[in-house]
Amino acid sequence: MPHSFMIDYRRCLDPSGALVGSLPAAARDGTWVVALYRALIRGRTFDAKAIALQRTGRLGTFASALGQEAVALGTVSAMRNEDIFVPSFREHAAQLWRGVSLTELFLYWGGDERGSNPLHARHDFPISVPVGSHSLHAAGVALAFKLKHEPRVAVAVFGDGATSKGDVAEAINLAGVWRLPVVFVINNNQWAISVPLKSQTAAETLAQKAIAGGISGIQVDGNDVLAVHSAVGEAIEKARTSGGATLVEAVTYRLGDHTTSDDASRYRNDAEVSPHWAEEPAIRLRKYLSDVGVWSRRDEERLLRETQTEIDEAADAYLAMPPQEIISIFDSTFAAMPADLAAQRASALAERGAQ
Amino acid sequence: MVQAIDLALARAMCEDPRVIVLGEDVGIDGGVFRATDGLLAKFGPERVIDTPVAEVGIAGVSIGLATQGFRPVVEIQFTGFAYATLDQIVNHASRLRTRTRGRLTCPMVLRSPCGGGIRAIEHHSESPEAMFAHIPGLRTVMPSSPGRAYGLLLAAIRDPDPVVFLEPTRLYRAAREEVADDSTASPLDRAFVLREGTDVSVITWGGMVPEAVDAAAELQERGIETEIIDVATLKPLDAETIIASVQKTGRCVIVHEAPRTGGYGGEIAAQLAEHALTSLIAPIERVTGFDTVMPLPRLEDVYLPNAARIVAAAERAMRYR
Repeated sequence: MPHSFMIDYRRCLDPSGALVGSLPAAARDGTWVVALYRALIRGRTFDAKAIALQRTGRLGTFASALGQEAVALGTVSAMRNEDIFVPSFREHAAQLWRGVSLTELFLYWGGDERGSNPLHARHDFPISVPVGSHSLHAAGVALAFKLKHEPRVAVAVFGDGATSKGDVAEAINLAGVWRLPVVFVINNNQWAISVPLKSQTAAETLAQKAIAGGISGIQVDGNDVLAVHSAVGEAIEKARTSGGATLVEAVTYRLGDHTTSDDASRYRNDAEVSPHWAEEPAIRLRKYLSDVGVWSRRDEERLLRETQTEIDEAADAYLAMPPQEIISIFDSTFAAMPADLAAQRASALAERGAQ
Repeated sequence: MVQAIDLALARAMCEDPRVIVLGEDVGIDGGVFRATDGLLAKFGPERVIDTPVAEVGIAGVSIGLATQGFRPVVEIQFTGFAYATLDQIVNHASRLRTRTRGRLTCPMVLRSPCGGGIRAIEHHSESPEAMFAHIPGLRTVMPSSPGRAYGLLLAAIRDPDPVVFLEPTRLYRAAREEVADDSTASPLDRAFVLREGTDVSVITWGGMVPEAVDAAAELQERGIETEIIDVATLKPLDAETIIASVQKTGRCVIVHEAPRTGGYGGEIAAQLAEHALTSLIAPIERVTGFDTVMPLPRLEDVYLPNAARIVAAAERAMRYR
């Protein structure tokens, strides 16, 4: 029996900011779109500050999200508070949107676990560094929602490299067979450290990996935050109403290095990278906002100034943070500390001359 | 013993609606060893979930479930297939509490039949307990009798942290005793002194316990009184009970089925060297599997430690001057 499969592609704004597709309902409210733009700039400014801190020895290895902010931001802006976000390690702007503070993000990337225990967004998952394995946690969270008959959705973001992993294949398969309220979003930034997408897969799209798992799949312009919001938003509401899972491939580009430990000039040159600067998500959104008359040069200048101040202050707060007590490395290992670990803790304290 | 495990699962599921069982063939088939027999009929398909053949997926999904208030009890059909789950166990389940400073936790149990002695096909007779016991934030348990399996499994399910629960397949049908379904859990940090003796301590666990018991009977006939300790909870280790025993007897034979190098016997020997060196009147003996691949059934007995090897080791310790 013949089958025909198709992968749709969605775009609302083209790189020039021109409206080329139908807007999501939320975007009829100009102030909401402005809020998205502010969040994008906030994430990008955080990103730049984090790199500056790393370069001056005041932050650990950091994974820049430069140019990819629209993927996760479009995603979380379509979530409800009670939904659960299961991020990878490049979703800073989205984590901020969900309520993690700038200081907490700095803290995490500064090598302090307290950054994974934020004051808000407490039911979201911490950053997952192992590639793709967290897709299964989102599936598990979704299974929990389904079993508890709660109208909530789990949303995971992972990179194009992750789609080569068995974990993601298993997550897609389980999401299909159990009809789970989960949405998987691929940040297809074209590069997995030094490996370009064409060396990652022979598939024409990554979204089509949904087809084999019996879930929905769609490709969107990942530099178009409104398109991401639109596609993910539909996927989330479909999941919430027992319609099953979706895989959303957001096509974007990693403008920076993989992390601050990486030197992308070893494997790609400016000629490869520079055309993508014209497609990055901030330019087109700013142009759109300006075209519809809700954004001015003065607004822009003020936003940049205020955001920079906010982020500098958060960085100062991070740098002024008192260190964790050394015993904290022991205290969260188990709910109740076993005797052997308590003995190790006591000896660590004794060796450091503490109580 | 397999019925005791089934009994404990049913008890836990009756008492706590958060407990759910998932794995390959755990539903209508009742598990390939029947450890989940009858659970589907009693608790329904929302609490006894047949999964696709996806070990990594089962482990990963259980982590997600555990963070949302469920108490997933996962069956990985054989420990040879549990290796695939290590990424999820090591990188996520065991460290979620630490990483989030207690915000998200992972109260799940990963059950898996382990060990040799049943003439199984390849990859069905593994003894990976030391690997799991090496992982911080994870408890590793291996019962050696129906009663202890019942009590330890209940404790593992009630524990707020992840537990790997390894069940020696050779004891599933061989180990038989009446088990009171009284909901009593055993502590997850206590070894069991199965037999008291004054001459030599045999420290062992899981499928080797019956061999130690046979060896003790043989040794008794030769005038040697053996103390047998079933470690049961490898992590955390009840070193106190082991050290006290060796301080009393002065001789120690550690028995495990897993390969020798890097086996958990090494950790126990190190603890004895640290805390009971002056009590030792003979070198610590180890009776273990070899550093070979677990052989196919025809040569399995060459690999597996047995009562005769334990007796020989104990006698060497007794003869030592």
